Amino acid sequence: MKEISKKTKQSLATYILVIAFYAVCEIWLKTGNMSSLMEGLLVPLCYYMILAVSLNIVVGISGELSLGHAGFMCVGAFTGAIFAVTAGANLPELLELVIAIFLGAAVSAVFGFLIGIPVLRLRGDYLAIVTLAFGEIIKNVINAIYLGVDSAGFHISIKDALSLNLAEDGTTIIKGAQGITGLPRNANFTIGIILLLISLFIIQNLINSRQGRAIMAIRDNRIAAESIGLSVSKYKMMAFVISAALAGVAGVLYAHNLSTLQATPKNFGYNMSIMILVFVVLGGIGNIKGSMIAAVILTILPEKLRFLSDYRMLIYAVVLIAMMLFNSAPKAIAFRERLMESINLKRNKNIKEEA
Amino acid sequence: MSSFISYFINGISLGSVYAIIALGYTMVYGIAKMLNFAHGDIIMVGGFTTYVITSTMGMSPMVGILSAVVVCTVLGVAIERIAYKPLRGASSLSVLITAIGVSYFLQNAALIIFGADTKSFQSVINVPPIVLADGAITISGVTTVTVLSCIVILIALTTFINKTKTGQAMLAVSEDKGAATLMGINVNRTIAVTFAIGSALAAIAGVLLCSAYPTLSSTTGAMPGIKAFVAAVFGGIGSIPGAMIGGIVLGVIENLSKAYISSQLSDAIVFSVLIIVLLVKPTGLMGKQIQEKV
Amino acid sequence: MKKFMCLAMTAAMLAMSLTACGSSDSAEETTAAAAAAEAEDSTEAGDTASSDAVFVIGGTGPLTGSAAIYGNAVKNGGQIAVDEINAAGGINGYQVKWIFEDDEADTEKAINAYNTLKDQDLQMFVGTTTSGSCLAVVPETENDNMFQITPSGTTADITIPENVYRMCFSDPAQGTKSAEYIGQNGLATKIGVIYDSSDTYSSGIYENFVAEAANQGLEIVGAEAFTADSKTDFRTQLQKLKDAGAELVFLPFYYTEASLVLQQADEMGWEPMFFGCDGMDGILTLEGFDTSLAEGLMLLTPFSADAEDELTQNFVAKYQEDYSEIPNQFAADAYDCLYVIKAAAEKAGITPDMSVSDICEALKPVMTEIEIDGLTGQGIKFTEDGEPNKAPKAVVIENGAYKSME
Repeated sequence: MKEISKKTKQSLATYILVIAFYAVCEIWLKTGNMSSLMEGLLVPLCYYMILAVSLNIVVGISGELSLGHAGFMCVGAFTGAIFAVTAGANLPELLELVIAIFLGAAVSAVFGFLIGIPVLRLRGDYLAIVTLAFGEIIKNVINAIYLGVDSAGFHISIKDALSLNLAEDGTTIIKGAQGITGLPRNANFTIGIILLLISLFIIQNLINSRQGRAIMAIRDNRIAAESIGLSVSKYKMMAFVISAALAGVAGVLYAHNLSTLQATPKNFGYNMSIMILVFVVLGGIGNIKGSMIAAVILTILPEKLRFLSDYRMLIYAVVLIAMMLFNSAPKAIAFRERLMESINLKRNKNIKEEA
Repeated sequence: MSSFISYFINGISLGSVYAIIALGYTMVYGIAKMLNFAHGDIIMVGGFTTYVITSTMGMSPMVGILSAVVVCTVLGVAIERIAYKPLRGASSLSVLITAIGVSYFLQNAALIIFGADTKSFQSVINVPPIVLADGAITISGVTTVTVLSCIVILIALTTFINKTKTGQAMLAVSEDKGAATLMGINVNRTIAVTFAIGSALAAIAGVLLCSAYPTLSSTTGAMPGIKAFVAAVFGGIGSIPGAMIGGIVLGVIENLSKAYISSQLSDAIVFSVLIIVLLVKPTGLMGKQIQEKV
Repeated sequence: MKKFMCLAMTAAMLAMSLTACGSSDSAEETTAAAAAAEAEDSTEAGDTASSDAVFVIGGTGPLTGSAAIYGNAVKNGGQIAVDEINAAGGINGYQVKWIFEDDEADTEKAINAYNTLKDQDLQMFVGTTTSGSCLAVVPETENDNMFQITPSGTTADITIPENVYRMCFSDPAQGTKSAEYIGQNGLATKIGVIYDSSDTYSSGIYENFVAEAANQGLEIVGAEAFTADSKTDFRTQLQKLKDAGAELVFLPFYYTEASLVLQQADEMGWEPMFFGCDGMDGILTLEGFDTSLAEGLMLLTPFSADAEDELTQNFVAKYQEDYSEIPNQFAADAYDCLYVIKAAAEKAGITPDMSVSDICEALKPVMTEIEIDGLTGQGIKFTEDGEPNKAPKAVVIENGAYKSME
């Protein structure tokens, strides 16, 4: 009983943190004190937080290293964007966005499932490299695709826009590397926060459910879990697919926040996957709240370092290394523990001399 | 037919560069059990060092290569000491992220020092090309040198690991760190030596990479680094002959798929082949099967 | 433990938000101060210009990452123009402040960079450097009604909104003109193309080139792609085009990769004609490049660093003095952008105390009236669509220098 209430308290604290964040930002925005930069960052912060918590399902709960998370985001983004410029173009904004989100999540989940079949047979670093490979394949293929639509339906080509052979009334939707343009920009901060809360709800429920416990059991000891009859592939797949679907949601949000969508090494390459992984690792693997906070810090940090001009990314790298060392080095952890202890024991006269 | 041979040779020439980079990757992974994402950027440092010595200061290519090796070795050991050693015992993910931090650092430091404009590297290798079949097939001097150095390095590394005390210590550390410590092996020193060797290899790879594809900028090492990482996994990460074979196979596949399937999708094809190989052999072409114990 | 980290991170986040708050406050203070100064000025000093009020012109481009060379060129080229303008008394008597932010050639970062500029009271926007991020920022500037002129964003759609102008050639202009030029001058009929399929600029020109090639009776014997992930090895692409019997190879991408193509073709002993676009400019000044390989290379370019005219020579000398590099066309385009703004601003008689939107409204009608003699062309005028009317000039490289082909 006590155990459960503690867990509920923890998840409640996470929701409250998000809602408080929303309230502070809204007040800040409404009073007109927010800089344009911060205003522009609000929606990105939401999708980065969603990405961080969704990757945490795979890395933290399922215990697998995935380096291809941006690939699922890419799938979601392009699914949402294609819907937005075709069938969704005449729908009311909000309805369009909601359908796009469902579509993006569904298609990403399908991709997650298909990719999960081969990937989840592998272990450790081999699994990591295969997810990286899938991410790169998705990006590479999207860059080569030309997609057009006319009265006869969809046309697809991997050569160029001309070979689509569109009828007079046709339009090109994806123009290879030039991507999709003319997207509606109807994502906003409120929707972003709602999606984040829904993602959190899904994840918190998963962790506290029977399935979640099974997934964690498999992470902690695969053989023991298998021996008590847990289906390893089923539960791993479950975590992988949910994670992919939520990444797809973040992708739809990404696509609806920009008027143009291209798959570049910058936004959907392995660099982005690694960036999301950094959020997770820095925030504490498996720690949902921590990964959200890390996502916020690491998204705002490079922007706030702009005054350093040329040295900006250099300092960012130094800060990243320093944070990792402070966070994970056994000596730093021991030092922090001693520090905490000495604070706690201040009142007590009998401090044992250590060090 | 002659064009097929040309494509094949192009593949080997690209693949041998991947192979040399992959050797460094796989060494470090085998012993320190970490994915050193900064390896590609050490290659870039090696390239820049040679560039400065030969093009800017006008010294002989030999001096250039030697100083690149020295600079990279020192840099590799320093990085290990400052960024990776404190994390020994922490989760491998933390080390991975730190390595990415180091990679960002090196790239941006090079950007500030050398500027954003791409430099055209003057090849330091002056070996005449081999011309076969009345000029239909040409094997460039750089390719010959790269393939030869690849083989020399492979033999030297294997001998070093099997015949010297340090090499044996490396093997022991890669098997079981704890047991190696108990046997009186200085694990920290062994790992430092591994980084020194890996970085020296990166320097040589840098010189060869820049000689084969004479362009140099702060991001020169990033993509070859990732490709070589894939090559190392392909061959079975941790295995030295595996890295060599993986690199060459990857280069050949990349070029043949460009030639016969689609030049847009060659990256996707390379990665798909990797996935298929891993599905058939989950630890790569020459990787060791790990027995799981209960 | 976890609690400690959480606390520490929350604290860090709070601190960051506070600094964010602080900076926006201070930005506002400066505006207020500027406005106050302005008001004082107009009452006291009458028509003499205020030394406090300045025009804030900003740009964005990649200053880090693999495209850093282009953003830096725009930043530096703009700075030289601003220095000159300020030394000559500024625009309408007001000094100009040039601010520049890094956008990493990424759409999302470009919006952040643009917003950062707005927080620094941006009034006119010279950006963005790369086409992809330009497409993303255009709706923002349209929304703000911010006057925008891109030095080097080539995608056709960029100039659709009324507030956006372009200094360089568009993709259609380059792709179509290249095909026209090759066809009309009968340079070759069997054409091979190598292009960067992961780059907006390159694939944009490629498409337009292919579309026009059919009208010109040119036969595309092969179109080979490469991507940002594999842009050093072109031997296979070259071999395929060679086997397909290409007489001329069209290279619609930047000179850094093109230098490798030329070297590798030379190694293979293949000597077709090569034809490039404005991205090819810079190949002769590439540090360490053997320029004899570029002999006979044709390209369409608006700017050449070794042109004889005084304007170019001064600019190149100044650029080399300040940045110890030889400027490329990005720098030249940025330089011209600033002079376009100057000409339009003087014609429209705008002052720094006007709002962003008012400045834009004042500039729009005069843009079609001004005429500029710049680095990238003589007598440049702008069309209603926001395009410059300058025509790409074909040059051929002979004895290590550009020679006009007309």
